[in-house]
Amino acid sequence: MPIRALIIDDSSVMRKIVERSLRQAGIDLAPVLEAGNGAEALVVLQEHQVDLILCDVNMPVMDGLEFIKQLPGVANAKNVPVVMITTEGSESHVVQALSSGARGYIRKPFTPEQVREHVLPVLAGKS
Amino acid sequence: MNSQTHVLAADGPKSWTPLLEMAVREVFELMLGSQLTAPADGEETKPDYTAMVGLAGQLCGLLSLRCNGKAAALMTSKMLGVELDKVGPEVADALGEVCNMAAGNFKNKIAGLAEGCMLSPPTVVTGSDYALHSMSDFPSLEVRLMFEGILIVITLQINS
Repeated sequence: MPIRALIIDDSSVMRKIVERSLRQAGIDLAPVLEAGNGAEALVVLQEHQVDLILCDVNMPVMDGLEFIKQLPGVANAKNVPVVMITTEGSESHVVQALSSGARGYIRKPFTPEQVREHVLPVLAGKS
Repeated sequence: MNSQTHVLAADGPKSWTPLLEMAVREVFELMLGSQLTAPADGEETKPDYTAMVGLAGQLCGLLSLRCNGKAAALMTSKMLGVELDKVGPEVADALGEVCNMAAGNFKNKIAGLAEGCMLSPPTVVTGSDYALHSMSDFPSLEVRLMFEGILIVITLQINS
């Protein structure tokens, strides 16, 4: 069954790179949903069910950490795993993201192998 | 000694140039699949694109990446995995992301900066008829590298 993914990043180029990396990692994707910030993503999730969310941290309007906090309020997305993908590499950002509910954390720049390492366990429910 | 002076005094910005170069090289290797090389003496370029990311917190300054239009289009092509002639208006977005990742990767290599330094969203200027006037207290760090035979220049201006 193809994975239904939502990619959230204010850069459309980065959204395409993340999608390509997921495909290069061998993940069978259904047509990917995209959003430019957390607020847009919440709207998308009102209408679509997804299996996986990949989310940037620093974005305008609503950043990734605020998005994770609001995610449990979306009926369609309560148990959907979120993996953060960001340039912010500090320990406190990682801890903050994971304690807010993120299941994985990938630092930019990244390789498709790193995407595979972080995303596959999440999809398998092991993380 | 407060944390700000600690960051600047511990190793000193002068020792950061190799880290800046490493940070930029890693971004190009991992995200574009390109190995950057050292330029020949006297190599010059007329930059049409300047991407900038501000740093604030324990380190305040500006990281900029300058290159010509051909290099910017080539970066976009490699990032998106599309042919060069299919590259469109996403050039500025791509160049801004390269600069953003270089700035993030650089600060993550310096003890104390990953936690205490924030990055601004990238800004990209097109055209070459302009001058940057820095209010910097420190001499800027500059890294010059060849990307697919084209010079790119990365500069870190440190204010405090």
